[in-house]
Amino acid sequence: MENEGTVGLDCNFELKEVQKLEGHTDRVWGLAWNPVTGLAGVPSVLASCSGDKTVRIWQQAAATGSWECKAVLDETHTRTVRSCAWSPSGKMLATASFDATTAIWENVGDDFECVATLEGHENEVKSVCWNSSGSLLATCGRDKSVWIWEVQPGHEFECVSVLQGHTQDVKMVLWHPSIDLLVSVSYDNTIKIWAEDGESDDWHCVQTLGDSFSGHSSTVWAVSFNSTGDKMVTCSDDLTLKIWDTSLDLTASGSDSSGLWRHLCTLSGYHDRTIFSVHWSRDGVIASGAGDDTIRLFKEIPSDVVNGPSYNMICKKEKVHSMDVNSVQWHPKVPTILASASDDGYIKIWELKAIS
Amino acid sequence: MPARLSFGRWSYSLDNVIVFFREQGKGMVEPKNCVTLVKFLFSLTILHHVRDIKDPEHPYSLEELKVVSEDAIELDDEHNYVRITFTPTVEHCSMATVIGLCLRVKLMRSLPSRYKVDIRVAPGTHATEAAVNKQLNDKERVAAALENPNLVEMVDECLAPTYE
Repeated sequence: MENEGTVGLDCNFELKEVQKLEGHTDRVWGLAWNPVTGLAGVPSVLASCSGDKTVRIWQQAAATGSWECKAVLDETHTRTVRSCAWSPSGKMLATASFDATTAIWENVGDDFECVATLEGHENEVKSVCWNSSGSLLATCGRDKSVWIWEVQPGHEFECVSVLQGHTQDVKMVLWHPSIDLLVSVSYDNTIKIWAEDGESDDWHCVQTLGDSFSGHSSTVWAVSFNSTGDKMVTCSDDLTLKIWDTSLDLTASGSDSSGLWRHLCTLSGYHDRTIFSVHWSRDGVIASGAGDDTIRLFKEIPSDVVNGPSYNMICKKEKVHSMDVNSVQWHPKVPTILASASDDGYIKIWELKAIS
Repeated sequence: MPARLSFGRWSYSLDNVIVFFREQGKGMVEPKNCVTLVKFLFSLTILHHVRDIKDPEHPYSLEELKVVSEDAIELDDEHNYVRITFTPTVEHCSMATVIGLCLRVKLMRSLPSRYKVDIRVAPGTHATEAAVNKQLNDKERVAAALENPNLVEMVDECLAPTYE
C-alpha cells in the first residue's frame, strides 16, 4: 500500500537540539554509537567519519552531560572515511575508506590503535559492518563486490568470500541483528540478501529485491532492521522509504533462509531530495535523513486487518542542518537520543520529546 | 543609453529588465518586480560563473560550443535550488560526465553552500542520458571523483578561464 505524505499527519513529537559537535573540517558521512555505552554509568560514545579523512570519537561527560571530542583517528586513511562500525563488544572500531582499505582500531584505555588494515577492494570501500557475534565483518564498495571477512585471533582477518552479483557500486552492507544474514543495497537500485550455504560453507545471494518485488526505482542508499529483525526499511534516491518483512523463523538454528522478504509498504511524498540514511530505533521509531536538510520520524500504527500495517509520520524537523543530512543514528541504549551528521561538517545530538 | 551590468570582462544588457518595467506602465518599481529583477540578475550571475568553462576536448568555452546558454539555467531562489541543463556537442560525447563535473565544481565553489544543485544533460541529447544524469547527481561518486588527482587536474584546467 502507499502512504502519501499528506495523509495521516500526526506530528505529536518534536526533536530538540541538545548539542552541536564541531571538529570535522569537511562533510561528515557516517556515525556509529558504541553499543556497550550509555547505561549503568558508562558514558555514551559516538564515532564519526568524514571527508576530512579522519574519524572522531565523542564522549558524553558524566558531570555536565555535554559532548566532547576524546580522540581523532588520523594519519591512517589517505582519503575520505565513508563509514564506521563498532564491534558488538565495543572494543573495536572498523572504518571503511575511499582509499580502498578498511582499518580496524582497538580501544586501549583512552587511545585508539590501528591494529589491522584490510586490503582487497579495487577502489573505494563504502560501508563496513560486524555481524551480531562479532565473528564476521562485511565490506562493500565501488568495485560492485561484497567481501566477508572472518575475525581470527591476533587481529587477523581472513577473507572467506567475495560476493559478486550487484551490477553497480554497493552503497551499504548490514548484518541481521541476530542471525548471519547479510543485506546489501546498491546504485543498481536493488537490495540483495546473502546467506551461507549450510553444506558448502559458501555464501550466496538468496534473494534480490528489485523491480519484480516492488523495489526501488533509483539508488538504494541505506537499510536498517527493526529490533526483532523481522522487518527492514530501505531508503533511496527515488525519494521513498520501503518497509519489508519476512516469514523467516528467526529462532530456528541453522536458519532456512528461503523464507525470504516481501514488500510491505512504501512511504512516499515526504522527502523531496535523496534520502541518504534511515535508522530504526529500539522503540520502533524510524528516522530518515535526506538531501532536503530534513529529518522525519515514522511509527507503525496499530495493524489494520484489511490493509496491513501502515506508518505515520510523527515528526518532521526541517533545516536540521544547513546542508544535506548524511546519517541519522538512534542511541542503542537510550532510544530517545538521535545523532545526525551533515555535509555542513557538524554532528548534532537530538532528544525526542512528546509535545504535551 | 542602455543599462549594462559588468562582471570582469563580461557586460550584460539589462534591456530585458528595462522593457519589463516599461511594460508595467508605471514609474514605480513594485516590490514584486524587484523580486523578478533579483532573479534575473541571479540567473545571469550563474551563467556568468559557468559560460567561460573550457570544453575538456576543445579550445572553446562551453558557451561558444552552445553546451550552456541562458536557457540552461533554472533557478528557484526561494528554495535555494539551481538546475543546469547542458547540451553535449555530440550524442556519444565521452566527456559529458567531465563537463557535468566541471559545472558542479564551479557552482560548488561559487554559490553559497545552502544551494541544492542538479546537473543534467538536455533530454534526448546523449546516448546514455539516464546513466550520465545518475552519476552526476550521486554526491558520493562526485566526492570520490574529486579525490582523483588526474580528474581534479582536468577539471581545474577547464575552470581556469572562469577565474581570469
